[in-house]
Amino acid sequence: MAKSNPPGPGTIGDQLRAAGVSRRDFLRLCSMIMASAPVGLALTQHKSLAQIASVIGKARRPSVIWLHFQDCTGCTETLLRTSAPDVAHLILDVISLDYHETLMAASGAQAEAALQKAIADNAGKYVLVVEGAIPAKDDGVYMELGGKPAVKVVKEVAEQAAAVIAIGSCASWGGIPSADPNPTGAVGVDSVISGKAIVNLPGCPPNPYNLLSVVLEYVTMGKLPALDEFGRPKFAYDRVIHENCPRRAHFDAGRFAAAFGDEGHRKGWCLYKLGCKGPVTHAACSTRHFNELPGVWPIGIGAPCFGCTEKSVVWRMGTFETVPIHLATPPETYPPIYSAAGQIKVGAAALVGAIAGAVGGATWVASQRFQSSSEAGVARVNVDRAYAEKLKSPVAPPTEKRPLDKKED
Amino acid sequence: MAITRRELFSKVAKAGVPAAVAISVGATQLQAETIAVPSAAVGLLYDASICIGCKACVAACAEANNTPPDTRGDALHQAPSDLNDLTRNVIKLYKPEDGSAFSFVKRQCMHCLDPACAAGCPFQALHKDPESGIVNWTAEECIGCRYCTITCPYHVPRFQWQGFNPRVTKCELCSHRLEKGLKPGCTSVCPTGAVIFGPRPVLLADAKERIQKNPGRYYQNRVYGETDNGGTQCLYLSRVPFEKLGLPELGPESVPARTLRWQRRFYQYFALPAVLYAGLVQVIRKSLKGHEQEAHEREKETGLRAQL
Repeated sequence: MAKSNPPGPGTIGDQLRAAGVSRRDFLRLCSMIMASAPVGLALTQHKSLAQIASVIGKARRPSVIWLHFQDCTGCTETLLRTSAPDVAHLILDVISLDYHETLMAASGAQAEAALQKAIADNAGKYVLVVEGAIPAKDDGVYMELGGKPAVKVVKEVAEQAAAVIAIGSCASWGGIPSADPNPTGAVGVDSVISGKAIVNLPGCPPNPYNLLSVVLEYVTMGKLPALDEFGRPKFAYDRVIHENCPRRAHFDAGRFAAAFGDEGHRKGWCLYKLGCKGPVTHAACSTRHFNELPGVWPIGIGAPCFGCTEKSVVWRMGTFETVPIHLATPPETYPPIYSAAGQIKVGAAALVGAIAGAVGGATWVASQRFQSSSEAGVARVNVDRAYAEKLKSPVAPPTEKRPLDKKED
Repeated sequence: MAITRRELFSKVAKAGVPAAVAISVGATQLQAETIAVPSAAVGLLYDASICIGCKACVAACAEANNTPPDTRGDALHQAPSDLNDLTRNVIKLYKPEDGSAFSFVKRQCMHCLDPACAAGCPFQALHKDPESGIVNWTAEECIGCRYCTITCPYHVPRFQWQGFNPRVTKCELCSHRLEKGLKPGCTSVCPTGAVIFGPRPVLLADAKERIQKNPGRYYQNRVYGETDNGGTQCLYLSRVPFEKLGLPELGPESVPARTLRWQRRFYQYFALPAVLYAGLVQVIRKSLKGHEQEAHEREKETGLRAQL
C-alpha cells in the first residue's frame, strides 16, 4: 500500500536522515514500538530490530490529518510531552502531520485552505485522526468550524481518508462531553461516519505509542491491527489492568488500602477498595509506560484506576465505587468440592490381605485341634458309661476318683 | 382355679415391673428439644455469588492462626486440596463439565447451633461456647478418638495424622482475635465483602435483605444455615444449589437431635428391650429344657447324678 503511494511525502528513512536523526535514535524508537506491541501486530513479527527498522525506513511517511472537536487537547499533549523531547520529534518525523489545529501556525481562512490542500494532495491515502467528541444533537449546532457543523466536517474529511483513528475516549464514544446529561449529544466518530475502517484508541489520555504502532502497522503492512468488539486494537487493549498490575500481589494477599493516606496506602497496597477500576479496564498502562517512565500512571502514584478506556465505567460509575470483578473461566488450581479419596495401593492391599489370610488360616488350624462340642459330649458320656460299668462289676469298687471329677480338680 | 399367694406375687411382679418401666420411659420427652441460640451468637455470612476466588481469606487464615504453609499435595506453595490439619479455611471451586455457571465456595467450620462434633466427643474436648456459640477444641480434653471427624456432617474437624501429640484442627472463628477486638482473619481481608463477620441475627437479616433486593439471584431464595442442621452460625448464600458446593441438604433437624430421637425410639415404652428380653428368655429356656431332659435320661441310664 505504502509503495503504491508515489506522489505523497518521501520515505520515513529519507525524512529522518534529512532531519539529522541518528540511526541509534531511530532503532531506539523501533525497539519502543516492539516493546509496546510485542504481539498482535504484523509489523513486530519481524525477527530482528534491524528488519523492523528497514521496513519502517522504506515506508512512505503517512500523511496524517488531525481534527479536534469537543476535547481538552490532552491527547495531543500526551503525544508532545514525552519525557525525552527526541521521541516527540521522532514521532513527528515518522508521520507527516499535514494538518493539526494545535500545532500549526495558520488560523482562520488560511487554516481552512491548509485542510483542503491536505485532503486534495493525499485524497484516499491519508490517515484521519480525530480527537474529541462530536456534538450530534440538534443537527450539530453546538460546534461549528469555518461555518460548518462538526458533524459535517468529520464526514467530509473522512470521506477521502484511507483509515480513521479515533484517539482518546471522547472520539471513541463521547468521553467526558457525553457524560450525563450530555447536553450536546456528544458521540464518538463511529456513530457519525460509516463505511470506513475506524480504530478506537480510548484512554484519557491514551498512550501515544498505541497511535504510532497503529499508524506504522498501516503504512508498512497495509492493514489495520485486529480489533475487539469496541473497535480497540487487541495488541494494546486485550488484557485488563488487573492482570499485570504491579500491586497485584497485594490484592492476592488481601492487603488493601482502606483510605487515602492510611498505612496500607502509604505502603503501596492494592487500591481496589478505594474504587480502583483495574479489574474491568482493558488497557496496557500496567505494561506500557507513559512518558517512558515506570510508575507514571494512576495506580503507580497511588490513585485508583478510573477506567478511562471503558465506556461503561468511566464517568458512569462513582469514582470510589468498587467494580464487580468479572472472571474468565477460573483455572483448575482450586480444590474441587469433593476432594478425591486416596487410592488404595497394591502394597497396602497385599499387606492387609496377607494379615487377613494369616488370621483366617490360624483360626482354621486351631479349630481343627479342638474337638467339636458333640464329639466332646459323646466322649464324656462314654467315660461315664465305662465308669458305671466298673461300678456294676463284681470286682471291688475302684478306689480312684471318677475320671471327670479328677479332671475337674 | 386356685392361685397360691406365691404365684400371685410372682405374676404381679412379672407384669407390673415392665409396665412401670414402660410407663416411666414412655412418659419422658422423646422429641428433640428446640435448640437454643446462644445469647451472643456470632458467625460468618458468605455470599458465593460475589466471591472472586482470590484466596486472600485462605492466606489470612493461615496468618491469623499461625499455621505453616501447606506445601504437601502437588508441592505448590499453600495450595491445600481440602481442609486439613494445616488448613482451617479453604476456597473450593464448583465447575460443572457442561460449562454452566461455576461458583467458588469458602469452607470452614459452620459453628452449628447443635454441633455433631461436640455431641460425638466423649470428653467435651469439642464444646460450644454458651455465649458466643463458637465451637472450640481443647487439647487437654482430647483423647484422639477422632469421633468428631466422623460425626460432623460437613466433614470439618481434621485430625493431624503425623506427629506424636496430634491435634484436631478446625476453624474456631479466630477466638483469639475476637478477644482482642479484631475480626476473624478471613473477614478482615475479603476484597468484595463476600464473607463478613457479625452477630448471627444481624447476618441473617442482611442475607434476607440481599435475597429480597435481588429476587431470583439466589438458589431457592434461602439462606443455608438458617434452619439447616438445626441452624448454623455460618450462613451461606449461593446462585448454584448448595449440594453442589458440598453443603448437604440435612433438613431442619440437627444430626445429634436425629440420632437422639432414634436412640430414644428404641427405648420407647421399653418395647424393644422387652421383646429382646422375652426372646432371650425363650432361647435360654428351650435349650435348658433340652439339656435337663437329656441329663435325666442319662441319670436313669447310668445311675449317676446329672452334671449340667
